[in-house]
Amino acid sequence: MNTIANQIAQGRILVSDGAWGTFLQQKGLGAGQCPELWNLERPGEVLEIAQSYILAGADMIETNSFGGNSFKLASYGLSDKVYEINKAASQISRRAAGADRYVLGSMGPTGKIIMTGEVTYESLFEAFRQQAVALQDGGADALVIETMSDIDEAKAAISAAADGTKCEIICTMTFEKTDEHAYHTMMGVTPAQMTEELVCSGAAVIGANCGNGIRDMIGIVKEIRSVNKTIPVLIHANAGAPVYRDGQTVFPESAEQMAEFIGELIDAGANIIGGCCGTTPEHIKRIAEIVKSRNIT
Amino acid sequence: MDNSDLLAKILECVEFGKVNKDAPFPPNMKGQDGADELTKLALERGIKPSEILNDALIKAMEIVGQKFSDKKIFVPQMLISAKAMNASMAHLKPYFQSGEVKRKGKFIIGTVAGDLHDIGKNLVAMIVEGAGWEVIDLGVDVNSQKFIQSIKENNSEAVGLSALLTTTMQNMKSIAQEIKAQCPSVKLIIGGAPVTEQFKIEIGADGYARDPQGAVSYLNSLVA
Ligand code: B12
Ligand SMILES: [Zn+2]
Repeated sequence: MNTIANQIAQGRILVSDGAWGTFLQQKGLGAGQCPELWNLERPGEVLEIAQSYILAGADMIETNSFGGNSFKLASYGLSDKVYEINKAASQISRRAAGADRYVLGSMGPTGKIIMTGEVTYESLFEAFRQQAVALQDGGADALVIETMSDIDEAKAAISAAADGTKCEIICTMTFEKTDEHAYHTMMGVTPAQMTEELVCSGAAVIGANCGNGIRDMIGIVKEIRSVNKTIPVLIHANAGAPVYRDGQTVFPESAEQMAEFIGELIDAGANIIGGCCGTTPEHIKRIAEIVKSRNIT
Repeated sequence: MDNSDLLAKILECVEFGKVNKDAPFPPNMKGQDGADELTKLALERGIKPSEILNDALIKAMEIVGQKFSDKKIFVPQMLISAKAMNASMAHLKPYFQSGEVKRKGKFIIGTVAGDLHDIGKNLVAMIVEGAGWEVIDLGVDVNSQKFIQSIKENNSEAVGLSALLTTTMQNMKSIAQEIKAQCPSVKLIIGGAPVTEQFKIEIGADGYARDPQGAVSYLNSLVA
C-alpha cells in the first residue's frame, strides 16, 4: 500500500475515524474500567466500533490502545499485558480495515510529567517503544501519537516509534484557545512550536486532536501552515466542548453542525480529517461525503 | 545586598523558578544563588521567617497564580515555581512547627474517589500553601471516609475537592454530602475543569473556584 504521506503529496484528502472512548462508554464501559482490556475480553464489540467507521467511509481506522502504555495499564494492574493488549488492538482494527485501508495504532500520553522528576525521558521512551512494537506486530501501518501536551513526551514517543518500528509516524497535540488568536497546549506549546519540533523529530504527519471543537481547529491549522506549507496535517476535532447535563456528559455538535466547517478546515490546509470525543459514525459519514466531493473536483 | 534586596531576590527566584545554585532554570539566572541558598542566608542575617513568607513567598506565588490565570504562563512554569517555593519553605518549616510563624489555617485537599487527575489539584495545593496556609494533601482517589477522618484529626478550617471527570462529579456530590453531614462546620470548596458555580449550589458546597488564585481568595475571605 502507498504511504499516507504519499497519498497526500498526490493531493488527496483522507478521512479518518471518530471517537473510541465515548463509543466504548455507550457500549457499557463503566467508570474505572480499563478500556483497552476489552481487546482481550470483548473483542467483538471493539470490532463493531472499528467496522462502523469503515462503513461510514473512513480511509483509516485507529486501534483501541490509547491508554495501552505500561504506565497507564499499571493503574489497572495490567502492566504485564502491554504486548498482548496492543497486539490484539491492531489485529481487531486490521480485521475491520481489510487490506486496503490503513490501521493507525493509537498511543496516548502516560500521564507522567518529565519535568517534575516523576519519570525520566528514558523510561517514557522504553514504555512507548514497547507499545509501538506490539502495535506493529498486530498489523498497524502507522502509529498515531495523540492528545500530547508536553513536547518532550511527544518527542520521546516519536523517537521510540521510529526506533522500534517501520510504521509511518503521526503525532497530534491537544490545544486550548488561550487568547483571541492564540492556542497553547496545557504545557504551553503552540501549534507553531509543535510543528517545528515534531517535524525535526521525524513525524511524517502532525496535527491536533481533542480540545474544544472544530472552529478552533481552523485557527490551529492556519498557525501550523504559517510555519510549514508541506507537512501533512491530521485533525481529529471533538463534537464541540463537553457540557454536563443531568448527570451526563454531552458533546453538543451534530454531524451537520460539524460538517459546515469541513470545507474551511480543508482550505486552511488540513489533509486528513476525522473526529475525537463525541463524534460518531454519522459525523464521519458527513465528513467523508464532503471530502469525496473535494477529491473529485 | 540589604535585607529588602535579599527578599526581593528570593521573590524573583520563586517567581521564575530558580530552585538553587545548580539548577539550570531559568537560563538567565544560571550560576546564581537560588531560593534555597538565599532563604538560608536571609535566616542567618536574622530576617524573620514570617517576613520571608509574607514579603517573598506569598507575593511571588500571588504573581505566579495571577500569570497562570491570565494564561501568561503554563503548567511547567507553575511546577518549577512551586519547586523553588518548596526549597525555600524547607528552611521555614521548623519555625512553623515551633509556632513562631502562624499560618492562616489548615486546608485539606484531595481528588475525589475514582479520579486520578492530580495536576490541577497539586497546583491548587501549592498556591494555597504559598499563600500562607498549611496544606494537607490526601492525593488522588480519596473517598469520603478519608476526607472526614483527616478533617477530624486536623480540625481543619476548610477542605477542597477536585474532580476532572463528569463521572466522578457524581462521587464529588456524595462525598460533599457526607462531609457536610459529619463535619458541618468545615468549609467545603470544589473545583476541576467540569465543575461549575451551578454545580456548587446543586451539591451544597460553600465555595467554587476555577483556578488556584480563586481558591486563595475564597480561603482568605474565611479568615479575614
Ligand atoms: C492530563 C490528563 C489526564 C492524565 C492525568 C495525569 C495526572 N497525573 O493528573 C491521564 C492521562 C492519566 C488521564 C486519564 C484519564 N482521562 Co484525562 N485528561 C487530562 C487532560 C489532558 C488535562 C487535565 C489537566 O491536568 N489539566 C491542567 C490542570 C492545571 O487543569 P485542571 O485540572 O482543570 O485544574 C485547574 C482548575 O480546574 C482548578 N482546580 C482543579 N482542582 C481544583 C480543586 C479545587 C478545590 C479548586 C478550588 C480548584 C481546582 O485549578 C487548576 C489550575 O488552574 C484533560 C483535558 C483537559 N485539557 O482538561 C483530560 C480529561 C480530563 N481526561 C478525560 C478522560 C476521559 C480520561 C480517562 C477516562 C481516559 C481513559 N479512557 O483512560 C482517564 C481517567 C483516569 C481516571 N480514573 O482519573 C476527559 C474527561 C471527559 C469528561 N468530561 O469526563 C478529559 C476532559 C479529556 C477529554 N476531552 O475527553 N487524563
Ligand atoms: Zn477528545
